[in-house]
Amino acid sequence: MSSLSTDPDQFRAELRDWLEQNCPAEMRDASTAEDNICWGGRTWVFQSNAQRIWLERMAAKGLTVPTWPTAFGGAGLDRACEKIFQQEMGRINARPPLLSFGIWMLGPALLHFGTEQQKQHYLPPIARGELRWCQGYSEPGAGSDLASVQTRCDDKGDYWLVNGQKVWTSYADKADWIFALVRTDRDAKKHLGISFVLIDMASAGVTTRPIKLISGVSPFCETFFDDVKFPKDQVVGTVNRGWDVAKYLLTHEREMISAGGQGLGGGRALGAVLAEQSGGLTDATLRAAALKSEVDALAIGLTLERYKDQAEGGEGVGDASAMLKYVGTELNKQRHELMMSASGSDALQWDGKSGADPADWLRTKANSIEGGTSEVMLGIISRRVLGLGA
Amino acid sequence: MANLTRSEEEVMLADAARGFLDDAAPVSHLRKLRDAGKTHDPSLWKDMAAMGWSGILVPESAGGSDMGHAAAGILAAEMGKTLVCSPFLSSAVIAATALRQVTGERSAAALAGIAAGDVTYALAIDEGNKFAPDSTSLVAERLGNGFRLNGCKTFVVDGGFADHLLVLARTDEGLTLFDLPKDRDGISCNAQSMIDSRDAARIDFENVEATGDNVVGTVDDAMRVLKPALEAGQAALAAEMTGLAAGAFGMTVDYLKERKQFGTVIGNFQALQHRAAHLWCEIEVTASAVINAGRVLDNDPDNAAFAVSLAKARAMDTAKLAVIEGVQMHGGIGMTDAFDMGFYMKRARVAAEWLGDYGYHAEQVARSRGF
Ligand SMILES: Cc1cc2nc3c(=O)[nH]c(=O)nc-3n(C[C@H](O)[C@H](O)[C@H](O)COP(=O)(O)OP(=O)(O)OC[C@H]3O[C@@H](n4cnc5c(N)ncnc54)[C@H](O)[C@@H]3O)c2cc1C
Repeated sequence: MSSLSTDPDQFRAELRDWLEQNCPAEMRDASTAEDNICWGGRTWVFQSNAQRIWLERMAAKGLTVPTWPTAFGGAGLDRACEKIFQQEMGRINARPPLLSFGIWMLGPALLHFGTEQQKQHYLPPIARGELRWCQGYSEPGAGSDLASVQTRCDDKGDYWLVNGQKVWTSYADKADWIFALVRTDRDAKKHLGISFVLIDMASAGVTTRPIKLISGVSPFCETFFDDVKFPKDQVVGTVNRGWDVAKYLLTHEREMISAGGQGLGGGRALGAVLAEQSGGLTDATLRAAALKSEVDALAIGLTLERYKDQAEGGEGVGDASAMLKYVGTELNKQRHELMMSASGSDALQWDGKSGADPADWLRTKANSIEGGTSEVMLGIISRRVLGLGA
Repeated sequence: MANLTRSEEEVMLADAARGFLDDAAPVSHLRKLRDAGKTHDPSLWKDMAAMGWSGILVPESAGGSDMGHAAAGILAAEMGKTLVCSPFLSSAVIAATALRQVTGERSAAALAGIAAGDVTYALAIDEGNKFAPDSTSLVAERLGNGFRLNGCKTFVVDGGFADHLLVLARTDEGLTLFDLPKDRDGISCNAQSMIDSRDAARIDFENVEATGDNVVGTVDDAMRVLKPALEAGQAALAAEMTGLAAGAFGMTVDYLKERKQFGTVIGNFQALQHRAAHLWCEIEVTASAVINAGRVLDNDPDNAAFAVSLAKARAMDTAKLAVIEGVQMHGGIGMTDAFDMGFYMKRARVAAEWLGDYGYHAEQVARSRGF
């Protein structure tokens, strides 16, 4: 398939044309409700033919991962064209063709730390939505203090052997592969004995057990490794230096989570959403709170754009991701509080068809926990940006 | 959407401004003026004019440097960091933007005067204790070919020392903007003692006569010239306030690294670390809104109201937090007049009220967002 022009104006025209012809009507509804998301993977069952077509067409153009190099399944867009891409997708209210931990987290880490062979092997299937990844970072004893992971990984000469337990592994029961932090040197200082490894979830000895969330669904799991063997070339970066990869990946994860509040109501203004839910925004207290929230949301959205403008060649925003995550997730939680309040008792039923969705509201409470808590973000800013504390 | 990072030239402009201001107008400059009972330093303004700052929004044909609103915001932010007291906003930003909306020799001459630093302006717009241009009641009644003005203006920033006033008045069919020399008969100026030690006046108009020549733009259509001027002023003021917040924050972080209690620097206490980190986030978020306002004013001035109000609203919130936290984290010394933080707090309060408060600007944002 022919690639798109790199001249911004021409790119916009070509892309607009292409989207117009290729985005199925059913996909012109940018809802990110869980039911509408396409996560891909070996066992993925498309919710509709349109969802399948949309993924295939976008993947063929490299537009599931627009900024990745074309060699690895992307479209190689620079920042200017990426902005245009977002605008044009927004213009027709197009749904993202594919969301995944591979796109948000593993991909950027591989692009930065992977060998050429690893990039060629792992990136294109992520771009095409053929493999679904999960994240094996947290353990029962290693949450905010992530560097104290204990899952044991021993060098057995021609393979690695893993034993241990991960927890809060989102979608572990649906994922094909896991990227995980494991301890490969038990004597070194805690940050210096960790490796970043890739393991096929179909390997013998891997089991998962779902955990139910307060929102009623079970998107995450405990993950157990019992004498799991995997090949030597499935370490990303240097052995025992996995913490560098882990931290880099987290900056991308945080940037992604920070944007959560921006897409609310398909990017619509909070005032309009609340007015719809409450039947006109007449409560003065609610309106005042919503007004402030809207001002903050717009400024936070601009901040996300500003930092992306600053980031060099797809390298991500670095330490500033802690700031973006902190402000973005606290905002998102607050917005869902306002929506619940606007909807009143309409939003108190699990299967309520009108008003705010209580499951969404409950789910947002995790935004300031997953990927590093708000307190941990403030700690990172204090130390690394402001130079406070040891 | 325009690029929201600073260009190389913009970074150089900021650095040059900082270099000049650290020397010529640190906070101690404001303190000296205050202690001497002054609100204006004409020689400082002359120096700024020599560097092209007074003409930053004046067309080159009238002797200006015409660098645009983003550049004006950069200067305003640097001035905000050390609370520089100058006619920059009133004359170089607000008056210049209003006057350049009209063509002709009179406005060209007025603009040239501003760019040269020879003439200073003040905007006489408020009448009550809040910014509400629509409810202007100072009247300019028809008198032969001219007008006669009667009424009173409050909170005329820089009105005490300004040579000219831009006066918003009610005429038969709407509002009209007048450009009057302050020594015109019937104008009496009462300088007010302001908490931020800067200039503001209450100005009475008693049978003040004006001619058609004094009208800026068209009779009954003040907003055509005033709206862009107000937006330019609001955006620059928002920029000043982010500079102010950054200045107060910088002092505070330095103090956290220096002051010892319980045998350690207070910056080691997590409670303070997290408050400082939160404040830094707020400053960063506001900086984006401010840069965006400058970009929109430069690229799409007819549709800038929303971006400008967003910037001003955010800037007030952030500046307020920065000075409140600034005093709190300094403890007792933060409350003393000998220490500079109080100057920041008082300027933040005045700047919050000038050209529309939080409620005013948040409401503008809300309207354009379908509330
Ligand atoms: C919905 C959801 C999905 C998740 N998905 C994944 C996933 O896919 N993969 C994965 O690996 N993990 C996942 N996590 C785990 C997540 O990263 C951890 O929950 C998080 O890092 C916090 O760790 P913890 O739960 O052990 O809390 P703790 O670290 O025990 O924290 C408890 C409280 O103490 C505070 N605290 C801790 N340390 C400090 C400190 N130094 N200073 C101040 N306060 C502190 C925290 O902020 C928090 O308020 C997910 C979590 C959630 C909720």
